[in-house]
Amino acid sequence: MWNQFRNPELIGKITAKLQKSRTPMHIMEVCGTHTMAIGKWGIRRLLPDTISLISGPGCPVCVTPVSFIDELMKLKGVTICTFGDLLRVPGTKGTLEKARASGLVVKIVYSPMEALKLAKRKDVVLAGIGFETTVPGIALTIKKAAETGNKNFSVLPAFKTIPQALKTLLNAHDVHLNGFLLPGHVSVVIGRQAYDFLPRDYQVGGVVTGFEPVDILTAIHSLCMMAEQGKPEVLNSYKRVVSNKGNIAAQKIMNEVLEPSDAVWRGLGEIPDSGLSIRKEYSQYDALVKYGLEITDCEEKQGCRCGDVLQGKITPPKCPLFNTVCTPANPIGPCMVSSEGSCAAYYKYEQ
Amino acid sequence: MCLAIPGKLIRINGDKGLADFGGVRKEVGLTFVMDEIKKGDWILVHTGFAMEIISDEEAQLTIQALDEAYHVEPISES
Repeated sequence: MWNQFRNPELIGKITAKLQKSRTPMHIMEVCGTHTMAIGKWGIRRLLPDTISLISGPGCPVCVTPVSFIDELMKLKGVTICTFGDLLRVPGTKGTLEKARASGLVVKIVYSPMEALKLAKRKDVVLAGIGFETTVPGIALTIKKAAETGNKNFSVLPAFKTIPQALKTLLNAHDVHLNGFLLPGHVSVVIGRQAYDFLPRDYQVGGVVTGFEPVDILTAIHSLCMMAEQGKPEVLNSYKRVVSNKGNIAAQKIMNEVLEPSDAVWRGLGEIPDSGLSIRKEYSQYDALVKYGLEITDCEEKQGCRCGDVLQGKITPPKCPLFNTVCTPANPIGPCMVSSEGSCAAYYKYEQ
Repeated sequence: MCLAIPGKLIRINGDKGLADFGGVRKEVGLTFVMDEIKKGDWILVHTGFAMEIISDEEAQLTIQALDEAYHVEPISES
């Protein structure tokens, strides 16, 4: 049954339809996993010149500000737990990976619950990065820490929310977008209806879609049709996984433990209400409060244009560092570090 | 990073369970799917938590896609 999502005949038919499209389209894929899939399936080469796909800010590692890494590095004598992706992101004074050599204790965890288990014996700070896919699990872990009275565990929050990121991009007048490929697994949590503001407030369409070539091409075709007919809406092409309302239980726990707050995005600066912070009731689990840390906006390394890449202002090869000094083996900016970063995906697939 | 990985639920114990990821078994949190979950279901797991229940077909498709994209086992024993 599932072969239909890679059926060459079907891909050919959709591609033929797309080739007839004449409306200029700038479509942003928000999610890093979509960026990877588009590269891997060679989707760009199937599209006419009128349709351009722009990679967006949907890689949590890529949008985590430099100061987040710098603040983590201040935590001497504490065990820092992080998901693997963050280890090689350079801060002002290098990466967490390299800081291990000078005595910083950094442990890679697969789940926040592992960090909580470790906190039975020692002080642990979990690097709290992620969008709505990752956030409910961390929120639940904070709740469990509170329930069990654990005093050693805390989270350094740098959570981001996807809808607000989209609004910011649409409010910026220098990037013109007329459609979004909306993330699959973030939408499992927030649901299709979280994007209703796109057609209502911005007259832009969106399609929640999966990661197979037919998923992606169908979504692009739907966005072209919406633009041609002037009828933007939010469609769900990933109904086999995503519902209209999302995962209510996950949303409930997120709201119980966290609240909307301003957040600093690497490359975009501080955006009002675009993140989630830990509610006062749970402040003893907030590493910002517990250790007096602060996440601020800072300048990028000279020449690195990750900020422009994240906003879709330029494609990775337009950055002077791309594939010259910045490569996956020796990344300068975060978009090259994470395998789902736009620069890493371009390096691997689009050259 | 927002990738969720399919696993087959082989045991349920309160709000936790044991899921099989291609031979590697891991504990997973079931809080977000408690209402409908049953033993034998395929679940989409992200950072140790089941985020959604999915069909057999979707599970196979996602496993294949992950395999091709990363050429590595998504989860290692630890």
